Amino acid sequence: MTGREIPKIGKTVPRQDALSKVTGQEKYAVDYYARDFLWAGVKRAGVPHGLVKKIETEKAQALPGVIKVLTYKDVPGTNRQGVVRKDQPVLVKEKVRHCGDPIALVLAQDIETLRRALDLVTLCYEPLPAVLDPEEALKESAPIVQEENPQGNILLKGNLETGNVDLAFKECDAIVEASFKFPHQEHAYLETEGGYAILKEDGILEMTVSTQTPFRDRSEVAEALGWDQEKIRIIVPYCGGAFGGKDGVSVQTLLGLAAIQCPNRPVKMWWDREESFLASSKRHPCRLHYRLGAKFDGTFHALAASIYYDTGPYDHLGGVVMALGLEHAGGPYQIPNVRLQAWSVYTNNPIGGAFRGFGVPQVTAAMEQMVDMVAEKINLSPLEIRLRNRVKKGGKNSLGMNLTGSVGLEECLIKVREHPFWTEKEKWKSLAGPFRKRGVGVASVMQGMGYGPIVPDYGNAKIELTEEGRFRIYSGVVDMGQGNATTCLQIAGHILNQDSSHLELVLPDTARTLPSGSASASRTTYTFGNALIEASQKLKHRLLERAAGLFMAEEMEEIELRPGRIKHVPTGKEIFLPDLAKILDESETVATHTFQAPVAKEFPTEDQALKLHGIPHTIFSYGAHLACVEVDELTGEVEVKRYLAVSDCGKVINPQILEQQIQGGIAQGLGYALYEDFIVQGGKAQTRNLSTYIVPTSLDVPDLESIPVEIGEPSGPFGLKGAGEIAMDGPLPAIANAIADACGIRIFRSPMTPQRVFKALKEKEEGNS
Amino acid sequence: MKISFILNGKKIEIDAPPDRRVVDLLREDLNLTGTKEGCGEGECGACTILVNGESRLSCLMLAPQLEGQKVTTIEGLASAEKLHPIQQAFVEFGAVQCGFCSPGMVLASTNLLQKNPNPSRAEIREGISGNFCRCTGYQKIVDAVEAAARKMKI
Repeated sequence: MTGREIPKIGKTVPRQDALSKVTGQEKYAVDYYARDFLWAGVKRAGVPHGLVKKIETEKAQALPGVIKVLTYKDVPGTNRQGVVRKDQPVLVKEKVRHCGDPIALVLAQDIETLRRALDLVTLCYEPLPAVLDPEEALKESAPIVQEENPQGNILLKGNLETGNVDLAFKECDAIVEASFKFPHQEHAYLETEGGYAILKEDGILEMTVSTQTPFRDRSEVAEALGWDQEKIRIIVPYCGGAFGGKDGVSVQTLLGLAAIQCPNRPVKMWWDREESFLASSKRHPCRLHYRLGAKFDGTFHALAASIYYDTGPYDHLGGVVMALGLEHAGGPYQIPNVRLQAWSVYTNNPIGGAFRGFGVPQVTAAMEQMVDMVAEKINLSPLEIRLRNRVKKGGKNSLGMNLTGSVGLEECLIKVREHPFWTEKEKWKSLAGPFRKRGVGVASVMQGMGYGPIVPDYGNAKIELTEEGRFRIYSGVVDMGQGNATTCLQIAGHILNQDSSHLELVLPDTARTLPSGSASASRTTYTFGNALIEASQKLKHRLLERAAGLFMAEEMEEIELRPGRIKHVPTGKEIFLPDLAKILDESETVATHTFQAPVAKEFPTEDQALKLHGIPHTIFSYGAHLACVEVDELTGEVEVKRYLAVSDCGKVINPQILEQQIQGGIAQGLGYALYEDFIVQGGKAQTRNLSTYIVPTSLDVPDLESIPVEIGEPSGPFGLKGAGEIAMDGPLPAIANAIADACGIRIFRSPMTPQRVFKALKEKEEGNS
Repeated sequence: MKISFILNGKKIEIDAPPDRRVVDLLREDLNLTGTKEGCGEGECGACTILVNGESRLSCLMLAPQLEGQKVTTIEGLASAEKLHPIQQAFVEFGAVQCGFCSPGMVLASTNLLQKNPNPSRAEIREGISGNFCRCTGYQKIVDAVEAAARKMKI
């Protein structure tokens, strides 16, 4: 936010962090260096499954410049971490469960010594047969990944059922069936995991890290390292991207361990790209088997789905990701007879975790293709079948839940139907040229917001009038690039009638800001924004009341808060905010407010575990996506030529920031659809860098049209709903449907690479001849 | 070894081992952390700097290669009181999200507009295609470069 204008809700306010980022002044967690700092690095297992026999550290220890080589024996606490279940060691003791498992932590004076020392640490192990396939993992004969888990390799299983599915399929006029397979997706944030820590003389372990979850990290670090939580401070600068990949501990426990072993010495850890790829969590690979039945008139009548999420060796967020996918597996449709089953399965593959969409992109990719397949079978337009079955406010969704939040799906679909990309599609397709085919595909999307019914979903806002007469907002939720810090200033500035020169921001810091949950689940601005509105209003009323007393005003209406001052309108008298701040007690200059998000009042299941893992949500964002693609019949290459996303994310606070979220989500979804394939063979990553893991460049993403339908959500801050994830859900199915429209082929997996498309084209040709 | 070069308009001399990567020299030895590192192998473009006005990847350069060269990092692009028009356009047009690619992206764009002051959108996309951005979907970056090109011609 720059300039002297009062920020208005609903108007673009340039981001306040853009200036410092574009001049290189903004310091990220990886930008800290100091005199005499130490480098900390991790020796990783390199094998997917094995029993630890010995960890040889002597040679590394003997290398000049090596300060310490630490193993599990040096971890003072539980040596366990994890968000839901603490089933992941900080440093491995008995058993290696995936190639990225940390075996030893080395501290060295410089990075070259560190690298040499890491090479000298040796793991002696007895190999175990690895669990590499989520469906095989469920067989009784499968080796066990987590011995303590009572359900074998099942981390979490869920069933949701309505109506009578078996009978209903007999009543259908058209049934389609298909199986889908989607791989790991790597976040590939540009700033890899890193941080900077020091154990200070007063016993405070201070860490500056790139994370989405400072408060939760603090308690995890405390428990794992046996350190008093009150003596841990976590500071979070702007992150260089996160997208869910920094939801939970990455460097934190290891870096903390390094720091407490070397008091008063700054320690830096910064994973290089290969280590980031190897050790970080990814979007869960997923297998899905779907069956959808409809009546001749296009009404969906029955749906059955079995869904397997490969969560890797640790829970991390694997149970909650699966639960959200399960909840969204029927799409934004009313379907009277539904049987959904999902498993989150332990394997020795890389760790599955949070990634924008959180289990939903996988099920949307499957369901939205099923919708097109059944539409084709009964000869109905893909848009009409979606309109016919769409969820409505007050109506039921596919789980039989009544929708009480705002629902703008119909408006989104109608906007797509009216758009020239749709109305003029036949003409556009006819202009494809020789050896090229064009197609247009659509997909409906929805994304639940927040944590669900059990885990408290709250924001704690704090705002202060400073001695300088400025308003300081203490943001408890990380800005990892999504722009919520600017939105906070916009909200407070709007309510308090202040321009940016009178507003300040404190980024998340466990010592200064209040706990407000994670920067995740499309919840950030909804939850924290609601808290900040109330906190700002409290402070405003207090200041106006005090000023009214000073001016001896007869009515509160006579008093106005203006930038930097308060004015008594009838007399024209003013008091400047620094002067007002001086006469207020310290307690009066601060206002706080806690907002707790509403939760669903009915449940689609009595399964306590599913409730605990977040089922159901009560507020959903919706959208309709359209992709126009061109397929090269000679190479199988698919190019996205045009893209439209119509989104119901409630009222818009800052149009530019909403567009950023939608466009960025589409780009990641486009990568997921066409290019991104984190290849794991035998538990080992084969895509170890950005030369082999292909993320979209500026040449791969077309101009993206984003249209909001602004239907207010009554419980949202100024009517807003979450927008951070939803755009990720649409591209894969919209592009797949467009390819089917162009060439009459379906790949049923992603990415839809030229090789796969070409093969499908050949098979179709051979089938026809 | 001693290496002397012009850094952001000032002549400097620095002692560095011959195998010191330029990105480390800038970030660690000279405290210019605006130059980012995203991959360390020349794929992502986050470490882009200008050497004699040409965009170069500082993770693939060694310190002695700077000898006698004119180097501009993101910290040296704006004058004391005024942003470079490309930086200004990045701010206004919403081309910055997490911002980790921004320094490299701005410098690559600077080089692009020096070579081609009047690029089409396709040429802008080509010109910045060596710089990854994982947040924006590139559209607002293209918008910003296009707007900056217009402004720089006036």
